[in-house]
Amino acid sequence: MSGEIYYAAAGMGRKVRAKALVASDGFSARYDLDRIRGVFSRPEHKLAGESYQGRVLVLDAAKGGVATAWMLHEMASRGVMPAALVLNRANPIMVQGAALADFTMISGFDVDITHAIPNGAEVEIDPTAQRPFIRVI
Amino acid sequence: MKLNDEEIALRAGELGPLRQWAIAHQIKVGDYLGARDFVAVGQAHIMADTESLGAAGVDWLERWAALPAEHRLVRIPTITDPRGTDFAHAAQLKQQPWMLDLERRAIAAFEALGVLMTDTCINYQTIMPPVRGEHMAYGDTGVVIYSNSVCGARSNFEGGPSALSAGLTGRTPRYGYHLDERRLATFLVELSWTPRELSDWGALGGVVGRLAGDYSQVPALLGLDRVPSADQLKHFGAALASFGSVALFHMVGVTPEAMRLEDVVPAGTSLKTHDVGEVDIRALQARYAKDVDAVDVVVFSAPQLSLVEIRTLAAMLDGRRATIPLFAVTSPQVKPDCDRMGLTARIEAAGGTVLSGMCFYQSYAREIAEANGWSRLATNSAKLTNILGGYGYRPVLLPMEQCVAAACAGGKLT
Repeated sequence: MSGEIYYAAAGMGRKVRAKALVASDGFSARYDLDRIRGVFSRPEHKLAGESYQGRVLVLDAAKGGVATAWMLHEMASRGVMPAALVLNRANPIMVQGAALADFTMISGFDVDITHAIPNGAEVEIDPTAQRPFIRVI
Repeated sequence: MKLNDEEIALRAGELGPLRQWAIAHQIKVGDYLGARDFVAVGQAHIMADTESLGAAGVDWLERWAALPAEHRLVRIPTITDPRGTDFAHAAQLKQQPWMLDLERRAIAAFEALGVLMTDTCINYQTIMPPVRGEHMAYGDTGVVIYSNSVCGARSNFEGGPSALSAGLTGRTPRYGYHLDERRLATFLVELSWTPRELSDWGALGGVVGRLAGDYSQVPALLGLDRVPSADQLKHFGAALASFGSVALFHMVGVTPEAMRLEDVVPAGTSLKTHDVGEVDIRALQARYAKDVDAVDVVVFSAPQLSLVEIRTLAAMLDGRRATIPLFAVTSPQVKPDCDRMGLTARIEAAGGTVLSGMCFYQSYAREIAEANGWSRLATNSAKLTNILGGYGYRPVLLPMEQCVAAACAGGKLT
């Protein structure tokens, strides 16, 4: 698996290297997170109870309401946030939130990225490349 | 993105630094999502409760609000989603002074930017419903899905920063539901049962939302045995958007772009069909009710209640007494009518509270739960049920009458 590279349809933000936190589940800052404690808090979420601080979140699809557009900026201001977000399918809110917060995000793959990246793997993301990618180190 | 002369001037800062930031933000978003160019919009609607903004977001707004008027004012009608409090009832909710201070600062900043503080998520019922084909930059997923589907307007989900940008530039990137080709159905739902209760309409939205799964999906529903009311469509759409991140649905023979199935499913297209019936709706409701035999608080909110919903609630409470907290949340436009028509007084006489201009889940839901000792909550809103689990609640989705019965029985569910 080491060295495996997966190209995304789109990306924004900076290069990031960190450990991946992976699940076949959705993502919404309002619905899923206790943003003060920095953990997934919705009981039904597959990452319930897990800390997202400093991790590259590899998840299926953006979910929920519009609040994430502000919340990523608020999370960044307190330094309690993921290192990056990697999604099979983004929605406009995630893109808008990442744009405001200057947050690293890539999305849109030929494979199900939640199955391709092992949970806990060290990964590198480069959204600035001509073809944005995530690579398992 | 292809820019015209005015957009190039905006990007160069010729119309001030705030508009320069706004167009740059929009270009960044548009580039990511594949927009070719911009489209002019008629209104913008900003979701910006202070739980979402945080102190950092309010500071950010205040910096822009300090600019000279010619550089800071929105250029199209720009309105707001519910705020994080009803100041008249903040003490009852046990909201903290710092929350109210943040709210006051955010309101002052938005007013300085020329934003109309409508504080509502039912603007399509109370302010100015959009017209079919009209391009908008609406925040609040419930507003977007109702406006797109029931009114035939054209909007994507526009989070607060993007809606504010649209207000300042008068345009938005042309992607997603601004495009004809994105408005066709992507799957079909054949209904064998048509809901009646609002809670059942919301549960149907939840079921279809889970089938949809992401923002690109557009369900078309068939098999309804009657035309739903505006409130029923409101609850259905809000839940569909909440559970599925869906921004547009069609109901064949009901919604304006789908008078016939062929209108949204071009000839030769084969789409997957899901059969959905009462058993699916009861299953979604039962999952929330599991192991909950009593509740601490009853809340009607998300979306804000219409005058008709408030009237129904008042009639249910006549001659009864709520012995646990019961909150009904409506818009600042509906509330004066409730007061004038005696509906507020009837609800308050029965021990309930009518809140105005806020939404329960946007009002520091976790903190007020801890301050009041609330954990188990009954509501007829599927959207609220979907959201509150993450805030530490155990929500139960019930018809309004059963919620009222619980409130009048010390919280005990029957």
